[in-house]
Amino acid sequence: MNKVDAVSAAQLKSDIPEFHSGDTLNVHVKVIEGDKERIQVFQGVVINRRGAGMSETFTIRKISNGVGVERIFPLHSPNIAKIERLREGKVRRAKLYYLRRLRGKAARIDEKRRV
Amino acid sequence: MRGIIGRKIGMTRLFDEAGNSYAATIVEAGPCYVTQIKTSQNDGYEAIQLGFVEKKIKHATKAEIGHTSAAGLKPFRILKEFRDFDSDEPLQQGAEIKAGIFQEGERVSITGVSKGRGFAGVVRRHHFGGGPKTHGQSDRMRAPGSLGQSSWPSRVYKGLRMAGRMGGTNTTVRNVKILKVDAENNIIILKGAIPGANKGIVYIRK
Repeated sequence: MNKVDAVSAAQLKSDIPEFHSGDTLNVHVKVIEGDKERIQVFQGVVINRRGAGMSETFTIRKISNGVGVERIFPLHSPNIAKIERLREGKVRRAKLYYLRRLRGKAARIDEKRRV
Repeated sequence: MRGIIGRKIGMTRLFDEAGNSYAATIVEAGPCYVTQIKTSQNDGYEAIQLGFVEKKIKHATKAEIGHTSAAGLKPFRILKEFRDFDSDEPLQQGAEIKAGIFQEGERVSITGVSKGRGFAGVVRRHHFGGGPKTHGQSDRMRAPGSLGQSSWPSRVYKGLRMAGRMGGTNTTVRNVKILKVDAENNIIILKGAIPGANKGIVYIRK
């Protein structure tokens, strides 16, 4: 193992489920308010997943009150309590930036069918 | 003063307990060995000389071998003096200096040779704004502009910032925070970036 990987090995998470661009996820985020900590769920579609090792991040897009909201999470962040994969999407690209200019029905993603 | 010689390994990101993310540079620091002790009586100033990265005997000159053999050490590729070195007990020639001399949270100075940028223009080298992109301009986008006045002084002032060689010089960054020290594996993790390319030699001083 090279020395950069050795340093970050302790912080790498091992309980991350398999997911790709187009999947719908529930991301359980730890939110600290004053001295209390609670879990907030951010649900949306993965439109980007980039980087490797400690620096890997993914972007979730959702429509909140009619406004598109995107949030970038570091995959190995300790602020992420849990990642749930709700739906596997059928897409033909790794980066789904084209969703940004689509609204309503056009912005839907087909579910991947497993035989 | 405390100091050690290290080698930049690379960069990554680390999280603290609160979940904040930090850019981190990993430096393999030491083990270094004291190759010479300079005293004010002998040399006019107090310092110790540290050696880092052993050299094979067949690659060393006789002078290099003689310099370190008295302390039972192999010759070193890198020798560096650190003035007024602080240590708990008086150091002997041949003593080992390890990454453990620094603690987490300390702020240190890092000296290294910055990455060479070759012959760089003024936009890159001195952060000039360049010229306008539009309004009929054709080749002024990264130009330096005027060098000065006309018939008086009829010359260009010394020290005017122009294009030229950039980088590849000794560069010191001060107040770099130590995120973590792994004395066992001789690893020091610093917050943010430090001068030089990966595998470059850096000096860490406090």
